[in-house]
Amino acid sequence: MTTTGVRPRTTTANGRLPGAWGLGLRRGALEIRQFFRQRDQVVFTFAFPVVFLFLFASIFSNDVKGAGITASQLYVPAMMAAGIMSTSFQSLGISIAIERDEKVLRRLRGTPMPPAAYFFGKIWLVLVTGALETAILLVVGTTLYDVDLPSDLGKWADFGWIFVLGLTACALLGIAISSVPKTGRSATSVVVLPFLVLQFISGVYISVDTIPDWMLNIGALFPLKWMCQGLRGVFLPDSAKVLEQAGDWEFGRIALVLGAWCVGGLLLCLLTFRWKGRRDG
Amino acid sequence: MTTHADQLAVDVRGLRKQYGDVTAVDGIDLGIRQGEVFGLLGPNGAGKSTTVEILQGNRRRDAGEVSVLGSDPATGTRAWRSRVGIVWQDESAPAELTVGETVRHFSCYYPNPRDPEEVIGLVGLEEKAGSRIKSLSGGQRRRLDVALGVIGGPELLLLDEPTTGFDPAARRQFWELIRRLADEGTTILLTTHYLEEAEALADRLAVIARGRVVAEGEPAALRERFGTEATVEWTEADGSPRSERTDTPTRTVAGLTQRFDGEIPGLRVSRPTLEDVYLRLTGLEDAR
Repeated sequence: MTTTGVRPRTTTANGRLPGAWGLGLRRGALEIRQFFRQRDQVVFTFAFPVVFLFLFASIFSNDVKGAGITASQLYVPAMMAAGIMSTSFQSLGISIAIERDEKVLRRLRGTPMPPAAYFFGKIWLVLVTGALETAILLVVGTTLYDVDLPSDLGKWADFGWIFVLGLTACALLGIAISSVPKTGRSATSVVVLPFLVLQFISGVYISVDTIPDWMLNIGALFPLKWMCQGLRGVFLPDSAKVLEQAGDWEFGRIALVLGAWCVGGLLLCLLTFRWKGRRDG
Repeated sequence: MTTHADQLAVDVRGLRKQYGDVTAVDGIDLGIRQGEVFGLLGPNGAGKSTTVEILQGNRRRDAGEVSVLGSDPATGTRAWRSRVGIVWQDESAPAELTVGETVRHFSCYYPNPRDPEEVIGLVGLEEKAGSRIKSLSGGQRRRLDVALGVIGGPELLLLDEPTTGFDPAARRQFWELIRRLADEGTTILLTTHYLEEAEALADRLAVIARGRVVAEGEPAALRERFGTEATVEWTEADGSPRSERTDTPTRTVAGLTQRFDGEIPGLRVSRPTLEDVYLRLTGLEDAR
């Protein structure tokens, strides 16, 4: 393309359009800086799962019959999974809806920023906040509720991929659901309700062996159930397998479902993502 | 693709846009030359914002041909976006970041950005460079919006009602900023419903009403063309005010001089202002 315009400054300079990956890193750094400057949001995000872990694990602390664990131990991986989903699904679903409503997204769309850079930035943000959240819950779980850190490297590797796949799937679902609320103000209710329902039917608040099968089967359609199950497999002794629907941790199936959600979530985002609010046409 | 220096920066023909049953833009033609400050003037709801949003590439058109810097905005590439600066009507920038952080970050999006510190100086926010955006006043935020609009060194700057809500002093400062950008050679399209703003800034302007261009030209020429009719006002002997619109005010006054035999009480002969022309063109005259 040759261009002979009147303004040589912009037409003959050798500057090239910056790439999506590099800009994604810059956006990630910016997102993280913004996040930690909002004190109330930081406290709310990190404290919520910790408070719930404390409540549930302290109220229900009996031995679980025949499983060789206490109910408190059961709540530690459950709350870690919920924490991963809250830092990714919930915070992205709400914050992107607000950014769209406040026309931050439309402004970005008016620049030559590649759209992928925006999504990369969000993923960096949730990787950092998700890792922090998980670390906090792990410290609380090991010090207060007798959860042992796995000594086996293979278990840590399982923990790694469950964390990354689960976080990514939930982040993409969060980006997708952010397009549902009509305004930023309604975002919280639109995002929190499905999250709350999923927590009940995926074995976060209530143990999987108490939930009716049909409910658990609905929960099994979404990532949270599999994240809970996988983290139980990492942090609980094998004697607790008896509580599972299949009587096993099913790591292979977990990888399959979470991987499928990463791909499906990405497609959903690409098909439904809106840069403008509904009232902006 | 080759563009020539004499090619129009913005070339719009037969532009149409409907929202349901409402026709927002009803066949608009516009030609904006390179380096020109062009004012798009019209009352609220005339179709100004819709037109500008189509030029930005942020709204689809129903019909018509649109070329902005040689490309169709509907299929604008990243390279094209880097040549067009946008200042939106209602803006928001991330409140928790500082002015400096935001301007520097936005400069990363462009292949040939201007120097962020220079741009901050250009909009007069040097003293606020380290302040969080949430602490800025409305006028300062607007100047930040302009900084983000020009950080990429655009060839064309699209401003949608940039001074709505400004106090008079802030508006004057803003005008100075626009003139400085125009002096640097930036082509500027500005929508406004403030007549004095269009008259102060625009080399040429188009008046639009109900989705159509009702007049176009240099501000002075518009006044000439549509303002030949003068108004003669006087007071009758019984104290009642009278007025007459006429192309020949001298003859009217001569007639009155005879009738009153000397001084005409309350005599006033006025040529229409640009505002009168504007109100007549946009059909708002009766609303006065």
